[in-house]
Amino acid sequence: MPTTLTERLHTIIVHVEDEPGALNRVVSLFRRRGYNIESLSVGHTEEASVSRMTLAVRGRDEVIEQFTKQLYKLLEVIKVTDVTEDNTLVREMAIIKVTADKPESRTEIMQFCEIFKARVLDVAVDSITVETSGPEEEVERFFGLLRRYGIKESVRTGRVAMARGSVAVGAI
Amino acid sequence: MTLAVNTPLALTPAPSIVPPAGRFTARELDGARILCECLIAEGVDTMFGYPGGVLLPLYQVLGEYPEIRHILVRHEQAGGHAADGYGRVTNKVGVCMGTSGPGATNLVTAIATAHMDSAPLLAITGQVGRAMIGRDSFQETDITGITLPITKHNWLVMDTADLAETIKKAFYLCQTGRPGPVLVDIPKDVFQTKTYFPGYPTEVKMRGYSPTIFGHARQIKQAAKMINEAARPVILHGHGVIVADAYKELAELAEKANIPVISTLQGLSAFPTAHPLSLGMPGMHGSIHANHAINDSDVLIAIGMRFDDRVTGNLKTFARNSKIIHIDIDPAEIGKNVATAIPIVGDVKNVLQVLNKHVEEKTHADWLAKIATWRIRDTQRRAADMERRGIMQPQFIIQQMGEVLGGEAVITVDVGQHQMWVAQHFNFRRANSFISSGGLGTMGFGLPAAMGCRLAIKDETVPVWTVTGDGGFQMNSQELATLVQDDIRVKIAIFNNGVLGMIRQWQQVFHDRRFHSTPITGPDFVKLAEAYGIRAWRVTDKSEVAQVIKEANDWPGPALVEFVIPEADMVFPMVPPGGSNMDAIEEA
Repeated sequence: MPTTLTERLHTIIVHVEDEPGALNRVVSLFRRRGYNIESLSVGHTEEASVSRMTLAVRGRDEVIEQFTKQLYKLLEVIKVTDVTEDNTLVREMAIIKVTADKPESRTEIMQFCEIFKARVLDVAVDSITVETSGPEEEVERFFGLLRRYGIKESVRTGRVAMARGSVAVGAI
Repeated sequence: MTLAVNTPLALTPAPSIVPPAGRFTARELDGARILCECLIAEGVDTMFGYPGGVLLPLYQVLGEYPEIRHILVRHEQAGGHAADGYGRVTNKVGVCMGTSGPGATNLVTAIATAHMDSAPLLAITGQVGRAMIGRDSFQETDITGITLPITKHNWLVMDTADLAETIKKAFYLCQTGRPGPVLVDIPKDVFQTKTYFPGYPTEVKMRGYSPTIFGHARQIKQAAKMINEAARPVILHGHGVIVADAYKELAELAEKANIPVISTLQGLSAFPTAHPLSLGMPGMHGSIHANHAINDSDVLIAIGMRFDDRVTGNLKTFARNSKIIHIDIDPAEIGKNVATAIPIVGDVKNVLQVLNKHVEEKTHADWLAKIATWRIRDTQRRAADMERRGIMQPQFIIQQMGEVLGGEAVITVDVGQHQMWVAQHFNFRRANSFISSGGLGTMGFGLPAAMGCRLAIKDETVPVWTVTGDGGFQMNSQELATLVQDDIRVKIAIFNNGVLGMIRQWQQVFHDRRFHSTPITGPDFVKLAEAYGIRAWRVTDKSEVAQVIKEANDWPGPALVEFVIPEADMVFPMVPPGGSNMDAIEEA
């Protein structure tokens, strides 16, 4: 077996049965086998009774392979796809409540929003709440720009991913 | 070619009780009766349980089903181990049952034991009524949450209509692929609610579960090529050979190409101990020649085993000259601990049947001669063990048990020194005749596991013995009462040295001889047994060993023999934990 020494971030899509406890089992697996998970997002799919998780996991390739096999041992797991090497659309969404108590900061923030195609969701006398989505690095850069005004509250979805082109990563 | 092979016991099925008219026809039934119908349909003839509040609806109807013999254990943990022993010795599903709360948590150790050793165990637990769940009700515990990492899968059944299908899935899961424990948690009112029962389901559908049975043809051919080109091959097999009933195939591979066979603790008895190609056990307490053979091999054929740390020692030095062929039914075992040259995922029996066709006949005379030179040390150490005068050596007792009981006996063990002595010195002549908690190392396993084995083996002429220590025995000695109540004719051999021997051995070798908390007081074991109404003997002299083993074995009831052995006896060879298998200590 070729061994690699470098850790890298893998994007893994997991289709699971939409059953009570399925998420618990997946998360419990990370904990007890010591996998290094960076983000997890989960939601329904086009198929009833199937949920789709997108996981960002850091590790050496053979560790990730082992992780994949362990996932398959869970009864609810239908399909595991590592899309790290694929031509993949990766997106994350964030909602940020940023301090905007001066007219000039308000203007600047609005300009940044325009550049980053972020949407203003709500405006208060001393803050603006905006929504952005894009590749994680872009969301990260947007955060960086807003940080100097003071972020009062923020929420990020974690990465979600889908292959480009007509090929579908389905449950079957 | 003559094939020397250990074969398993031919297990005669229980005399079938004719079901009353109306059985197995579709009708309206409550959950408790549906469960019983399902168990009978699966051929369950024995279950080990303990009643409790939420299980009362089930116990209310159990008497209607004489097909199921319910053994009332004295502690749920023992019920779990008994069902585990039953499952291992039959390769069928053993069934245990406990009530909600403490009944369920008492099963946890037994479930974890079965999980580590891939044993087919079904645990049924009662749960508080559905409306009471999540309210910290009396005797409520989240047992599906607790057992999540130690079961192959578990279910909380929230609708009586789902019960039959869940039981069907549970049995299927327990005994297919890599076997393991499954827990089904059933709320009290699910037992009580009636639903239309169309009969036991005939098939299961689980899209997330389909074990690979047949090995990849090209991989198998490559493996055969590698074996044919090998100068110094060894077979290292585990419990997978027993699970897959691949005794004949293993022997065929070994004999066809004259490849020495090393058996892991859990694989012992699958290959005849006395076979010229058998090198015994590897690893921490393995034979010197087995560890040398692995170290010097050029191809290591790993069959149905998982490279446990007690087998490999330091991974960096394990089989450092070998290319490894790894055959296992669980893909997650491939590459988990060691890098593999050729992985083959599949059922061991099927894979070996194909592999054997492509493996060429070989003599490997030089290689076997080299191993024989290492083996001399083992032979000498054994002889020295037997010649120590004035004491009754545990090794001698085990060797005598082998001779007196013959090739039919099933031996269960506890955990510790006696476990290793049995592994090293018992002459296994019957496949699947050694039952041991190898993975979890559960003290207290031996006696209840023997109960399960005894009830599984209907032929009373087959001896079922447990070899245990004075420590492990005291962890589940309450089951003596169960033996008496249900006339379970288990024979117990206690190796009494008055200390927790294996721990004491580690204290002596690695922990500055600080014998803290290892001297352990026990009762007068003979009087204890007699208090329960069990015939018992105490043996202190070598000359009595064989005679007492025979008497106890012939006694028509459960029996106990206490062997008083020296306190300071140790298990050798011994590889220091984390050390290389080549650095075994042979004396201290």
